Amino acid sequence: MAQQLNQLDETPSQTAGPFVHIGLMPTYAGNAGSYQKEIGVSPISGETTGETIEITGSVYDGMGWALRDALLESWQPDSAGRFPEEAGADPAVSGLCRFAADAVTGEFILRTVKPGAVRSRSGRLFAPHISLWIVARGINTGLQTRIYFDDEDNSQDPLLALIEQNERKETLIAKKISPGRYRFDIRLQGVGETVFLDV
Amino acid sequence: MISPGPLIPRNRNIHPPANYPDYKTSVSRSPNLPLLSFESGPSEETGPVFGSEIIGALDNNLILNWTKGDSSAIGQRILMHGRVLDEDARPIAGTLVEIWQANAGGRYRHKKDSYLAPLDPHFGGCGRTLTDAKGHYEFLTIRPGAYPWPNRGNDWRPMHIHISVYGRSFGQRLITQMYFEGDPLIDLCPIANSVRSRSHLDRLVAPLDMSATKPHDFLAYKFDIVLRGRRQSIFENRPEGM
Repeated sequence: MAQQLNQLDETPSQTAGPFVHIGLMPTYAGNAGSYQKEIGVSPISGETTGETIEITGSVYDGMGWALRDALLESWQPDSAGRFPEEAGADPAVSGLCRFAADAVTGEFILRTVKPGAVRSRSGRLFAPHISLWIVARGINTGLQTRIYFDDEDNSQDPLLALIEQNERKETLIAKKISPGRYRFDIRLQGVGETVFLDV
Repeated sequence: MISPGPLIPRNRNIHPPANYPDYKTSVSRSPNLPLLSFESGPSEETGPVFGSEIIGALDNNLILNWTKGDSSAIGQRILMHGRVLDEDARPIAGTLVEIWQANAGGRYRHKKDSYLAPLDPHFGGCGRTLTDAKGHYEFLTIRPGAYPWPNRGNDWRPMHIHISVYGRSFGQRLITQMYFEGDPLIDLCPIANSVRSRSHLDRLVAPLDMSATKPHDFLAYKFDIVLRGRRQSIFENRPEGM
């Protein structure tokens, strides 16, 4: 017998289920007042430095149906690429947003500040992007992906560079529809399936 | 110099497969293509930090928080407690733990839940807290009821509490469910059994903890949560490719 490793195994994931909003977005679930202050209501507060943007989209299943019960979280740095807690980070950017697909239409809206590029540990530059995490009934482990922007230079981004097929790369890039407004749809399965990350 | 390196890649075999046909909704909501694996960077190694000022005095007391302390929820009174650790068994202090659950009859206070069991006017069903310096958290709540759900002809969810955690970074993000020791519905539940191995499913089952039980007041169940760790190495500062 070899020695024992001192590592623990991660706790297994379980689906967040259809009622996840009770826990993470109580007001959306119809339970306003559960908490004095809800978390992740907006990733920005007051006057932020940089461009305020709005990203709309839907999360589609393999049949092309827009999920009505999806809950998303976004995490991002400020317009200069600094995350909260980092020296010089914009105090008006908390970085986290929780938002849900509309219960009737399935559309989501994320209002935030456009993030700046971020440097990796080894000094490589990631193009501006927002990290996304998606849960819903039927999603057994939260799905991770990223929103990049079609009006930024994505050509040197080390993550996008790993994706050989342009069509797949496009699934991570929000399309500008008018100044300050972007469209980003997420397809869980099938034609146009979004690239999901193990990162 | 030893500095935290990237997150240890997830061992995906611990987690349920995305497509688990006995859980019907997962069939059309699971990616067909493999996940793109990539070493974590700043976007995954940073995460939201919450101060104690956001936590209300009753936020971790689901028996009283819906009525702001006026009346107790109906049900078996329990203490749910445990620690949040990383894969190196280091406690994660000051991290947010959020829970939500059905009431004692198995009904959620959610606009989309229409189960026969009535709402308890004294029970909301969500709570949150921050771990202490040793990674410990606790909630006072009631044991949720089992309930039927539309899947196969006669599927019932075992008693469970949903748990959401961030650890120290967005890449450690995890949502899971705590089950109760001895519940025979665990073996019948396709969601619980989506976890590939029995030994890993067992880690979602909280044992009765008589040592934390308060006589004449509440039973206790212990539930530890392990999140991804960071690689620690003296070699982390080398440029890539060397």
